[in-house]
Amino acid sequence: MKARVFVTLKSGVLDPQGAAIGSALDGMGFDGVTGVRQGKVFEIEMADASRDEAAEQLDAMCKRLLANTVIEDYSVELD
Amino acid sequence: MKTAVIVFPGSNCDRDLAVALREATGSEPHMVWHKDSVLPEGLDLIGVPGGFSFGDYLRCGAIAAQSPIMREVAAFAGRGGHVLGICNGFQVLIESGLLPGVLMRNATLKFVCRDVPLRVEEAQSAFTRGYEAGQEVVFPVAHHDGCYVADPETLKRLDDEQRVAFRYLDAVNGSMNDIAGVLSENRRVLGMMPHPERAADAQVLGTDGKAMFRGLVDTLVAA
Repeated sequence: MKARVFVTLKSGVLDPQGAAIGSALDGMGFDGVTGVRQGKVFEIEMADASRDEAAEQLDAMCKRLLANTVIEDYSVELD
Repeated sequence: MKTAVIVFPGSNCDRDLAVALREATGSEPHMVWHKDSVLPEGLDLIGVPGGFSFGDYLRCGAIAAQSPIMREVAAFAGRGGHVLGICNGFQVLIESGLLPGVLMRNATLKFVCRDVPLRVEEAQSAFTRGYEAGQEVVFPVAHHDGCYVADPETLKRLDDEQRVAFRYLDAVNGSMNDIAGVLSENRRVLGMMPHPERAADAQVLGTDGKAMFRGLVDTLVAA
């Protein structure tokens, strides 16, 4: 089973890297970009497990390692 | 006084910290590899050193925080043991949940490597009793991810409980409330971005860091 985990900064958390990327895009002539937030995507391959078990494990992975829930939100997509 | 320094792959201030501890205590610290699952018996202090543990992959300190030895360090802190985390060690303690908040990329996005003036906010701890509250000291910093961020309730709590041990006196990395170092609730765990161990020898940089190690010896040898 394949999962994709998206980790993004919570709204309100300052993202200087996203802001630098935004100003680079602006400098390249991409008008109309009004904001950039940088995040992470993890592609995780899992041995056979039920979807429920996999979802439960992925949630635990996010809480314990993949995301720092003080500043980050996460979401999980299962194929 | 018995001390240990935890060593991760990518630690690079472990030996500096060991030298500072040896000079202060007169005995050789135990160097403990991150994969070990037991600590030496009878420790008084554990140092978590600076560096780039696990290449700063994922988030600084996040993977080191999951090392087998960190469970033991957390248990030691839970029993009231003293733990000092410097720079990457501060990041590891935060990712371990031993200290509140989070350390993000510097607001300038630049690696900052220079001596910075700090104010000692709080002399009521074994780490800072060698200083006067309000005293100014100079320690080096060398980090890319030292911008301290916490929610407003946590910041208020740190202030109310007088747990901000050090504040920057000028703009260094964008830290909220200029926080450079924080104490745990029981005041026995200190995490800080600046490097006292790099300011503990008159032949190398300054000596403002010496009082921290002396304070620890005064507290822990008397205990």
